[in-house]
Amino acid sequence: MEYFLELFFGGLTRGSIYALIALGYTMVYGIIELINFAHGEIYMIGAFTGLIVAGLLTMLGFPGISILAIALVCAVIWAAAYGYTVEKVAYKPLRGAPRLSPLISAIGMSIFLQNYVMLSQTSDFLPFPELVPKFGFMKHFGSMLSSSELVIVVATVLVCVGLTLFIKYTRLGKAMRATAQNRKMAMLVGINVDMVISATFIIGSSLAAVGGVLIASHIGQINYYIGFIAGIKAFTAAVLGGIGSLPGAMLGGLVLGLTEAYATGYVSSDYEDVFAFCLLVLILIFRPAGIMGKDKIQKV
Amino acid sequence: MTRMLELRNVNSFYGNIQALYDVNLYIDPGEIITLIGANGAGKSTTLMTVCGVVQARSGQVVYQEEEITREAPNKIVAKGICQVPEGRLIFPELSVRENLDMGAFMRNDKDGIKRDIEYCFDLFPILAQRRRQPGGNLSGGEQQMLAIARALMARPRLLLLDEPSMGLAPLVVRQIFDIVQKINKESGTTIFLVEQNANLALKIGHRGYVMENGRIVLTDTCDKLLADESVKRAYLGL
Repeated sequence: MEYFLELFFGGLTRGSIYALIALGYTMVYGIIELINFAHGEIYMIGAFTGLIVAGLLTMLGFPGISILAIALVCAVIWAAAYGYTVEKVAYKPLRGAPRLSPLISAIGMSIFLQNYVMLSQTSDFLPFPELVPKFGFMKHFGSMLSSSELVIVVATVLVCVGLTLFIKYTRLGKAMRATAQNRKMAMLVGINVDMVISATFIIGSSLAAVGGVLIASHIGQINYYIGFIAGIKAFTAAVLGGIGSLPGAMLGGLVLGLTEAYATGYVSSDYEDVFAFCLLVLILIFRPAGIMGKDKIQKV
Repeated sequence: MTRMLELRNVNSFYGNIQALYDVNLYIDPGEIITLIGANGAGKSTTLMTVCGVVQARSGQVVYQEEEITREAPNKIVAKGICQVPEGRLIFPELSVRENLDMGAFMRNDKDGIKRDIEYCFDLFPILAQRRRQPGGNLSGGEQQMLAIARALMARPRLLLLDEPSMGLAPLVVRQIFDIVQKINKESGTTIFLVEQNANLALKIGHRGYVMENGRIVLTDTCDKLLADESVKRAYLGL
C-alpha cells in the first residue's frame, strides 16, 4: 500500500508539471489553432533562468525560501518575455498564411531556442539546487511524499484554480473566450485580438516557467534538451484531455503522469513511454476529440 | 449637415484579388441605406472595410468628418459603428446573456448595460426566455435576433446589417425587418443594410445602392429603384 501511494504521489507530481505545460499548448491552440512547438523550450528557459537567479542569490547569501520565491518570479517574467517575443517574431507575421507555415515556424523556433541555450550555456547537465526547504511535518509521510512534491502539487492546484477564475470572470478572460470561439466576431465587438493573443502567450509561458523551476529543483539537474521531452509529453497530455480545453489539459496531465508512474513502478521504467503513448492511442480511437474535447458542430 | 459615413473612391483587396473598385457612397444621420447586389458583388467586403477588418488599399472611409480608413477594428467599434455580420457569428458556447455582455465589451457603465439588456429583452422577448441557454443552441431566427441585440448593446450610432434575412423563414424575416425599422425610428440609429433580398430591403430603406462586381452601378431613392426596369429584371425577378 505504501508503495502504491508513493507511486501515486510521484505520478501526481509529474502530472502536475505536464498539466502546467499542457495549459500553454491548449490555450494557444484554442485562440489561434496553432501547436506552439516552441512551448517546451520556454519551459526550459524558465528552468535556466531559475538556475541563474538561484545561483546569484545563494552567492549573495539570501535565505532558502526567499530564493525560491524570487527565482520563480524572475523565471516567470523572463519566460513570459520570451513567449511574447516568439509570438511577435515567428507567428504574427504568418497570421494570414496557410496553417502549415506557422507550424514550420514553430518547429524552427524550437530548434533555434534549444541551440541558442546550448551555445550560450552548455550542453552538459547542470546541477540544480534544491530550492524547496524540507518541512518538518513531512517526516510523517516517510518516503511516500517529499516536500518538493507537495509544493509542486499545491502550486499546480493553486495555478489551475486561479486560471479558471481568471478566464471566467475577468474582462481579459472573457475576451479570450470570445476570441477562441470566433475571432472575427471578437474583433467586431471591439476586442483587441492582437492583445488577447499576446496575453495568451504570456500566461502560457508563465505557467511553463513555474513548472520548469519547480521540477528542476525536484529532479536536481537540467540541460538544454529538457524542454523537448517535457514538451512532447505535455502536448500528449493536451491532446489526451482534448486540445483547446483548459480542464482537459489539467486532467490529461494528471492521467498521463499517473499512467507513467504506475507503469514505471509495476512494470519497468523502460516501458513508461510505451504505456503513455498506448494510452494516447486508445483515447484517440475511442474519443477522437480527447477526454474533455468537444466535437465541433457548426450550425449554419 | 455632417455625413454619418462616407466612402470615397475605396479600393479593397483580399490578397491580390480586388474586391471593391472605386466605391463611393454616403449615409446621412437617421437614414436607412440599403446596398443590394448578387452573391460575391462585394457587399460584405464593403461592410468589413467600414469596420476595419479589411483595410482599404486606397480611398477614404470618413465617419462623422473623421477619417477612419486605417483605424483598428476595436477603435472603430468604440466610435459607434457596429456590425451584425453575415452568418450572425454568435459565440456558441456563451449563454445568450453572456453574448449580450460581449456586445457591451467596450462599455463600463454597469447600470446602462443593465438597462440596455432589458431593452433588448423587450425588443426580442424570446431572448429573455432563453437567456441562460448557450447561443449555439438557438434556432437561426433566434440567433439573428441575438446578433442584432448584441450589436445594440454597443449603443451604435451606425448599425451595419449584413444579410439579416439569410436562411430564415419569411415570417421571421418580416419580424426582423419590422424591428430594424423600429430601432431606426425609436432611437434614431442610422442603418446600413446589405441584402440579397432586394424586394424587402428596398421597401424599408430610404435610399439604395446597387452593386455589381465590386462597383456601385446605380443609386437612387428606394421607391425609384423599386420601379426601375433594370433593377426589376435583375434583382426583383419581375
